[in-house]
Amino acid sequence: MPTDVHQLDDGAWVSVNDTREVNVSDLWRLAGGGFCSCQLTDFLAEGFVEVGVDGGNVEARIAGQCIQCGASGVTGWLTLGRVDPETGDFRPVVPESVHRPSRRRRGTPTA
Amino acid sequence: MPSKVERWKDETYGMEIRDHLERFAEEGFDAIPEDEHDAWFERFKWWGLYHQRKGQESYFMMRIGTPMGRMTPAQLRTVGEVAREYATGPVDNPEFGHAYADFTTRQSIQLHWIKIEDIPDIFDELESAGLSTIQACGDSWRNIVGSPVAGRDADELVDVWPIVEELHDRFKGNDLYTNLPRKWKVAVTGDRRGAGQGDINDLAFEPAVKEIDGDDVAGFNVNVGGGLARKEPRLARSIDVFCRPENAAEVAAGLSGLFRDHGDREDRFNARMKFLVDEWGTEKIRSVLQEEYVDYELPTAGQGLREEYDYNAGRSDAPGDYVGVHDQADGQHFVGLSVLVGRMAAEDVIELADLAEEYDSEMIGLTQRQNVIVGDIADDDLDDFLAESVLEDYSPDPHPFMRGSIACTGTEYCSLSIVETKNRMVRYARWLKENVPVPEGVSDFHIHLSGCTASCAQPQIADISLRGMKTRKDGEAVEAFDVGLGGGLGENPQFADWVEMRVPADEIPGYIANLLEVYEANREGQESFREFVADRDEDELTGLAEPEETSYEDPYLGNTKMTWYPYAEDEEMSASPAPTNASGEPIPTDD
Repeated sequence: MPTDVHQLDDGAWVSVNDTREVNVSDLWRLAGGGFCSCQLTDFLAEGFVEVGVDGGNVEARIAGQCIQCGASGVTGWLTLGRVDPETGDFRPVVPESVHRPSRRRRGTPTA
Repeated sequence: MPSKVERWKDETYGMEIRDHLERFAEEGFDAIPEDEHDAWFERFKWWGLYHQRKGQESYFMMRIGTPMGRMTPAQLRTVGEVAREYATGPVDNPEFGHAYADFTTRQSIQLHWIKIEDIPDIFDELESAGLSTIQACGDSWRNIVGSPVAGRDADELVDVWPIVEELHDRFKGNDLYTNLPRKWKVAVTGDRRGAGQGDINDLAFEPAVKEIDGDDVAGFNVNVGGGLARKEPRLARSIDVFCRPENAAEVAAGLSGLFRDHGDREDRFNARMKFLVDEWGTEKIRSVLQEEYVDYELPTAGQGLREEYDYNAGRSDAPGDYVGVHDQADGQHFVGLSVLVGRMAAEDVIELADLAEEYDSEMIGLTQRQNVIVGDIADDDLDDFLAESVLEDYSPDPHPFMRGSIACTGTEYCSLSIVETKNRMVRYARWLKENVPVPEGVSDFHIHLSGCTASCAQPQIADISLRGMKTRKDGEAVEAFDVGLGGGLGENPQFADWVEMRVPADEIPGYIANLLEVYEANREGQESFREFVADRDEDELTGLAEPEETSYEDPYLGNTKMTWYPYAEDEEMSASPAPTNASGEPIPTDD
């Protein structure tokens, strides 16, 4: 069964198969230096801008800001969690673990 | 490609949603197919129902749209009775108790913990009193705002109540305007106070006079594309159109039709009218309106009354709200009562409605400052009315910090909010009242607390603007606020300057105390706080005062969004009883 994802209520949360799974207001640790100049971005999620599915991974770009330096903007693609192919259950990542945003969706062709 | 929400709307939207709602109410919450939850919850908004946040599944916020916030005492009593019977959740709120109604910044009423099974009975009660939830949320004409005392206020150019009634009747339940790209907010102002706050609406009719064929005609200038949300605030911009009162409906139809046809349906973040005005410019909006949407030649703009506006204007020579006793044109009085953060216990709503009726009032008004007005108090009855006990809690002469405090819904119920809001603002106001001297001559001091960038508490137009945020304190994540200063409307509307970022929530009262001390010590004469801020550049404003811990205690400093309900004894998400059935008992799940 294909995974159905979307952001709703002005980007307040991400729905996976019609269940609210990921909310704004979480803090995410982002590595890679792409968002701000902090060694590790302490990122407050304020709104989900884009969502997508790549294989079993649910991914999103999130608007927000680093609460250390104040830089604001939209992240690259982040994996929010994975849908179990057998049960369909969504298993979220732990936001406060370290994540590395990708400039493009992992399954997206480059050309 | 149209957004997913657009596809759901194409399938079912508008009046027809009502039949589905009633079917689900009959069959119970769990009759809504699980794989259609998101589509139905999006559609239900059109009928004023907003699914509450994670942890509160199966419960809805219900919004009742009251044009210009205007009701009869009998309608207010119905609101109180509905709140008392149906707006009750599994856990009481520690400040507000068991059942309450929220008066909003757009002059509507919000009830919480509504179960879908109760909706037909609630609709029956509301509609038999002439009230409705139609289009209170969703992508269409929202509640029309303006001065609730239009036609009574001794200080007005045009009585806009008949116009607002006409617009309300024409654009609610009208198939042509059922499905717009996004919400459509309209303000109609006829008073000299600027009480419609048109600057922050998609469409604003502002009072103006125009000489036409040798006669001075009273009507409106037309502005479009205002709004506050998403760190993209815009003031409504003039399209150089004067509108006679009798043409208001045609111009409104034209502009909302233009928005319907040309607004962005692919990207909801770019869908509001303000972005179309950004893209097209006001001249193109005017020319397309003229050529394609109206059948008469639009006059150019007339002479507005902006220099007289004092509503939420931060002036030192006039209060910026309707609180207190005011004269009506007919010699009677209307009395504005302060409702701290706009929330009133259901029992108090009923008591106030009874009291208003007892004094032969025919009008209750909700204001954009979350307060309530009782109209038509006879001169001979005024002293008795002011001595009534319910006015001890909802005062016509409140302390300035209680009077000026506004807060949105916050993490108690809202998916978007980042922080707890109403209970915190109540605690802030109480602490300020007890601990901070009021600067001389200040009667109302506006603090607007909004839980996120959606800006439902209109944070950009306040003396002190608080916008929900997070920060770390001693390494721990805590709820916090960005702080803005000096916003307001009036003759020269201006959004706040954001001067202190990510201040821990427990240091906000200390910051305000320090700031007011600086203001009192350095102001020139009777300079208002807004004028004091306007006289200083950004560098000077930053660091004007320091955040500080004080005796204020904040019980909501941790992450209230992680709870199922912030005030529950066991607040863990796993302790939530939701979703529940018609009796409030948990619905068994497969897990």
